[in-house]
This record gives sequence, C-alpha cells and structure tokens, in this order.
Amino acid sequence: MARSKFLGTKINPSRFHKSQIKYLLILSPLVAFMALPLIYIFNVAFKPLEELFFYPPTFIVQRFTMSNFVRLFSVTGASGIPMSRYLFNSIIVTVLVLFFSVLISTMAGYALSKLNFKGKKLMNEINTVALMFVGIAVMIPRYLIVEKLGLIDNFFVHVLPYLAIPVGLFLVKQFIDQIPDELLDAARIDGARELQIYTKIILPLIRPAIATIVILSFQSVWNSADTSTVYINNDNLKTFAFYMNTLTSGTNGVAGQGMAAAASLIMFVPNFVIFLVMQSKVMDTMAHSGIK
Amino acid sequence: MMMSKPKRLRSASQIKQQRIAYGFVFPYVLMFSVFILVPVLVAIFLSFTYFDTVRSPSWVGFENYIYLFTNDEIFMQKVLANTLKYAVIVGPGSYILSFVLAWILAQLTPRLRTVLALIIYSPSLTGGITMAVLWRIIFAGDSSGYLNSILLRFGMIVEPIVFLQSQEFLLLIMVIVTLWSSMGVGFLAILAGILNVNQEMYEAGYIDGIKNKFQEIIYITIPLIRPQMLFGAVMAIVGTFASAGIGVALSGSNPTPQYAGQLIVNHIEYYGFFKYEMGYAAALSVVLLLFVYLISRFAFRLFGSKD
Repeated sequence: MARSKFLGTKINPSRFHKSQIKYLLILSPLVAFMALPLIYIFNVAFKPLEELFFYPPTFIVQRFTMSNFVRLFSVTGASGIPMSRYLFNSIIVTVLVLFFSVLISTMAGYALSKLNFKGKKLMNEINTVALMFVGIAVMIPRYLIVEKLGLIDNFFVHVLPYLAIPVGLFLVKQFIDQIPDELLDAARIDGARELQIYTKIILPLIRPAIATIVILSFQSVWNSADTSTVYINNDNLKTFAFYMNTLTSGTNGVAGQGMAAAASLIMFVPNFVIFLVMQSKVMDTMAHSGIK
Repeated sequence: MMMSKPKRLRSASQIKQQRIAYGFVFPYVLMFSVFILVPVLVAIFLSFTYFDTVRSPSWVGFENYIYLFTNDEIFMQKVLANTLKYAVIVGPGSYILSFVLAWILAQLTPRLRTVLALIIYSPSLTGGITMAVLWRIIFAGDSSGYLNSILLRFGMIVEPIVFLQSQEFLLLIMVIVTLWSSMGVGFLAILAGILNVNQEMYEAGYIDGIKNKFQEIIYITIPLIRPQMLFGAVMAIVGTFASAGIGVALSGSNPTPQYAGQLIVNHIEYYGFFKYEMGYAAALSVVLLLFVYLISRFAFRLFGSKD
C-alpha cells in the first residue's frame, strides 16, 4: 500500500500519470500570469499604428507588421544619434563583459578551489558575504570612485563594474570543488603547469558553470541602463538599454507604445535565446549551488 | 563553507604554487576591490561626514544617522514603511513561490517541466525595470490602458484609475511586477536541488511511515536541499532590494507621487543625485546594506549547516 502510493507520487516521473493533472491545474494560472505579459508585449510590438488606437484595446495582433521596428530603427535620439549606434555600443560592451567576467571568475574559482595560498579562507568568506551585496546601495561611492579614476565618459566604465560577480565566482568555485584532486595531481606528475591545468583540464570540465556566468553577466550588462545614466554624458557612448529607457519614460502616448514594445522585445529576445541554448548546463550548475 | 584545510607550506614548489595562486585571483580581487569592497568602505566613511561634492567631506560623527532616525519624516513615515511592506511581501513571497513552483514542476515529466520552467523563469531574464514599459501599457491611466479597459468593459469601474500615480495602487503594482520577475537563479537552484534528491530517500521515508506529500516535503525534501534553500533565500533577499528601483521606473518620477512607492534605494538616489547630500545618502546606503546583511544572517541561521 505504502509502496504503491509512493510510486504514484514520484518526483521527476518519466511517464505521465493522472495524479499529475492536479499539479497542472494549480500551475496553469501561475504560468499564465508569468506568460501573458510577455505574449502581450510581443503582440503590441507587431501591431500596426491604427490597431494601437483600437478601443477597447485588443490583446492579439490582427494585422502583423514590422512597422514599429522600422520606425524604431529610423528614429534618432534627441541628439541626432541613430539607434543602431546604441545597439552597436551595447553589443561591444556585452561581448567584453562576457569574455572578461568568465576569464577572471574561472581563474579565481580555480585558485580558490584547488590551490593553496594564504588568505584563501578569508577570500572565500568575504565572497560568501558579498553574495548579499546589493550594487545599487553603493551607487554614490561607486560614482565618486569612477570619477576619481577619471573614468567618466570612458567607454570601459560600462564594462569594469560588471566584471566581479560574487554569485558567479561562488557557483564556479562550487563546481570546481566537484573535480577530483587526483585528476589534477596526475597531470602535475606528468609535468603540467598550473596554467596548463587551468586551460586544458579545468576550463573544458566546467563548461556548465561557464554557461551560467555567461547568462548572469549577460543579464546584468545587457539590461542595465545605469552605467549610461550615471557615468556617461557623451551620447555617442551610451547603450541600447539607456536608449530604451528614454524611449519608454518619455512617451506616454499610444503611438509611442508600439515602438517601446518593439524595443523591449529587442531587449528580451537575446536573453531568452541564450538561456534557451544553455538551460540544461545552467541546471547542472545549479545542482551545486548550495551554500553549505 | 567547504574547503580543504590550508596545508603548511613546506617545499619550494608549494611556495611557487602560492605565487601562481595569487596571479590567478589577482584580476578578480582587483575588480572586486574597486567596485564592491572600496565603495562599501567609502560609504561607511562618508556616512559620518557632510559632503556636497564641492568641498571636501567634513566630519560630523553620528549626525546623519541621528537625523535619519529622528528628523527625516519622509524616511520614517513613507520610505521605511514602504520598504518594510514591500520587503516583507516580496522577499518571503518570491521565496515561497519559487519553492512551491519548483516543487510542483518536479512532479511533472521532464519535457513538460522544461517548457513550463522556461516560461516561469523568462520574466526574470530582463527583470521588472527593463520591462517597465510593458507594465506601463497594461496599467496606463486612461481608457487605453489594458487593465482599465477591461475593468470599464465589465462595469467594475466608472472611470479609468490612474494606477501608476495613485497612492493606493502604486506599491501593490510594484509588488506584483517584482514577484512576476523574481523567479530567477534562486528558483532554478531550488528546482535543481529537488530534482537531485535521491529517489531512495523517499522510498525509505515511506517505509518509515511518511504518509503524505506534506510530510514528505517537511521531513525529506527540505532537509536534503537545505544548501539550495539557503542559496535561494539569499538570492530572494538580494533580489528584493536590488529590484527596488521599480517604483520610479513605473511612475516615471523620483520622488514617486506622494512618496507612494518610495523605497530606500530611491531615497538614496534622491539625496545623492538630486540634493547632492552625499554624506546623508551614504548613511542611507549603510543602513540598507546592514538591513540586507541582517536578514541574510537570519536565513543562514535557518538553513545553514550547524558547525
């Protein structure tokens, strides 16, 4: 009796069973709440202008058009800078952040997990405390430091603040902890240097953790308008997220909605695609995410 | 924390390894120091000064803190009250929701689960602030607003409600939007944790007399995924405060209308970047960081390993 009950309610079942229907029923309104706003923005983005003025407003687009995107790309900011410039800036910034944040957190994660050095314990503890760090709380001291370093209106100020991600380092370190020391010792006996161990053994083995940092960094940098708002005065150097903010906070009119929706779709879709491609790797990393 | 005991350095090769290790951690430590550690220290220092960015900071002792808790009426009456309300609902709310959703998802078959998890996770990809435009359309204050038009059509209201400028609704909408976008890494961690619980543990549990799902969760699932529960809790706490700019993004102004959605984060920004009272803003920052830290310590008490 107990056993049959257990089988009917298994976690991670391989087949469908009627006992799962009740879960689907509980889940569906919640999933709808999560999904409907996104479906809605998708529809607004592809609505032609006259459809945006429909009263009452319609949910689903009737005549599919790209005109919002065309208008978005042809419109130029207040200072005469084309939207493509902002998009270009964002892409460069994002690529730089992804590359360097992966590099420095995997390097540090390797040392923290597998090498011995004085201060290692302290650094691990500081990083665990830093998981609780809320970046926007220190926006003012950060601004003062950036100013002192002469980085105001410097393109790299978009990149540098996003390179050290405590959560990323934490996840990478936990992941590297799973790699057996014997494997590395064997390589050392064969004459491998630490740098070779890092590039030839560690990096290939921790691809899931790398995928996870890529996603975390991508989200924080691609979506952030803060660096443009706070550190950059030169409009040529601002990013797409900033441009989108000006677009959405400036216009409350119905006509602006279509363009704003198109812009937020451009913000959303790359996030989504990257996660879609890497989701199984992320789940792999998350299995080792626990704080012990 | 799990780590191997640092061995006493003996041979030349170990000293060399130490030097290499410093090379490996250096870039991270540098970036961490410049953008996280030093800003926190600077905030602590400035919080004891008066600083208007023109003249150099002058030492005022605890004056900022005293003003903060005795004289700043907006802080005590609006900002603190709003922040507490917001944090109490969003923090535990998003945490409980992520556990419940993750647990239910774990009861489903893999393919279906992946699709649903993706839908639930996707709002957190861009977060509420970036998606503020979407919510501004839905909650727009005239009859073109989606929610207003629905309510009007069903005769539930007579004239459109100006949701985003309203004292009654702004905080509630902020809570809804933040919950919508809060199923992020913490949710994924908990889901991964639940899926990795060894099936035999449940089998053994049922033989030992566990009778229902509720007991199963309390006696098997949560104890076994405690590390993930803790990670999820920390992420929920940090996420709650990090997304606190949402009120300004939704209403389009700082301060928010009648301070209805003003949270500590907005108050810091207002004092720092609009009034140029950096010392006072820094004191607010320190209070906020302490707040987050203390709540997280509580989570560590609850789920951390007892050592």
